[in-house]
Amino acid sequence: MSAETLLHTPLFTLHEEAGGKMVPFAGYAMPLNYADGIMAEHRHVREHAGLFDVSHMGQVRLRGRSGDGEAAAHALERLVPADIVALKTGRQRYTQFTNEKGGILDDLMVARMGDSLLLVINAACKDADIAHLQDELADCLVEVLEDRALLALQGPEAEDALAALAPAVRDMKFMDVRDVDVDGALCTISRSGYTGEDGFEISLPAMDASRVARKLLEQPAVKLIGLGARDSLRLEAGMCLYGSDIDETTTPVEAALEWSIQKSRRRGGAREGGFPGADVILAQLEEGVSRRRVGVLPEGRAPVRGGAPLYADVEFATPLGKVTSGAFGPTVEAPVAMAYVATEYAAPQTPIVAELRGRAVPATVHVLPFVPARFKR
Amino acid sequence: MTLYFTKEHEWLRVEGETAIVGITKHAAEELGELVFVEARDAGTVVQAGESIAVVESVKAASDIYAPVDGEVLDNNPQLSDDPARVSSDPEGEGWIVKFRLSNPDQLESLMDADAYAAFIA
Repeated sequence: MSAETLLHTPLFTLHEEAGGKMVPFAGYAMPLNYADGIMAEHRHVREHAGLFDVSHMGQVRLRGRSGDGEAAAHALERLVPADIVALKTGRQRYTQFTNEKGGILDDLMVARMGDSLLLVINAACKDADIAHLQDELADCLVEVLEDRALLALQGPEAEDALAALAPAVRDMKFMDVRDVDVDGALCTISRSGYTGEDGFEISLPAMDASRVARKLLEQPAVKLIGLGARDSLRLEAGMCLYGSDIDETTTPVEAALEWSIQKSRRRGGAREGGFPGADVILAQLEEGVSRRRVGVLPEGRAPVRGGAPLYADVEFATPLGKVTSGAFGPTVEAPVAMAYVATEYAAPQTPIVAELRGRAVPATVHVLPFVPARFKR
Repeated sequence: MTLYFTKEHEWLRVEGETAIVGITKHAAEELGELVFVEARDAGTVVQAGESIAVVESVKAASDIYAPVDGEVLDNNPQLSDDPARVSSDPEGEGWIVKFRLSNPDQLESLMDADAYAAFIA
């Protein structure tokens, strides 16, 4: 896609002023990194607080045609395996849109806000997800929130930085969602993120985004962070990147995401199944799967990247699967990767071998996350 | 001693039949901080355009290509422990391989410092 046709988020001018290295991402011009570089930005988030522009992601409000949130929750359960009906107002949860084979069409966050649900979906899947919602949920109103931006403020000093503008956020716990006034902007804030750190995701009117971002950047702890560090942070945190670690060919159980399927939707549950691919996924929950998503820690310093084949042996005789995401982990100070491996090899500490430029690199299956989560439960 | 540059953003410092090869400051800035550098072993004979080293940032791996035909004589031994040296001093302590030129005439197709400065401008 040529530069002229790339979309801009409301923070585009701020990125350019801050020296952002702008790259095409899902149709948008987005900052890969700023002057400090990916390593320093990554460490800044783990030690202080980082501000990310994630306005390219899709924000959708879902309402029942009768105008109540309960109806929308029941309707959305036809498309996702999570319990949405039991999700209380002011709470958020992670789930996936599944297909008839149990594969994943996208992963998303769902918040219950009284009379509606708020969905945050991946930028690259936006159009398909919206069409899917409109086609399948004729009993709902699907409102795409085009005029809202999305910021993420992440890191151990995120609470102090945001509380300086909006003290009420101190009372929020992990996965709480609230409408909060920040510098006169009506924001919907969730205590969540994609780094493994404590932090917040802030949905706000596009017209207020640049002003609120600049206010946050006035706090000494806060720096702008690009997509490069966002990727290395989420990888160390063991979180999936749609299109790499999960896609239409991987099920939530293969992807080790069964924690996101509550009992009420499993066999014997109050609202068992009823989502696309439920037969496949519910059977896998009971009978297991032949491959699993795991962490992989290669020996040495050479990063093992997505696509690298994995084997049981240095002769490459027994293939086990392949790497889906890999990078150098700035906090781990070593290469880290995620991969699908045959289930017999999925236990932590299992020795395996990665193929890198034709050579055998010894590696170990590692429990995810690589860096302990520091959510405020 | 003569300094040459390539369109692939490498520099060569040539003395007689040998050359020290590294990446330019411009390339180092584009790549960001390096986390891993691996050069071909001494004794490897390569033709122009073949990979003589791989440099990796957090995000991506990039090949360094032989600018001319020759043989790898030596690698920078400091880079296995401190690959970031390439980022901090790419045209000095961050050199990557020492190289024997088998066809010095090929140097004529490369750029001098002024031509390279114009190339990246």
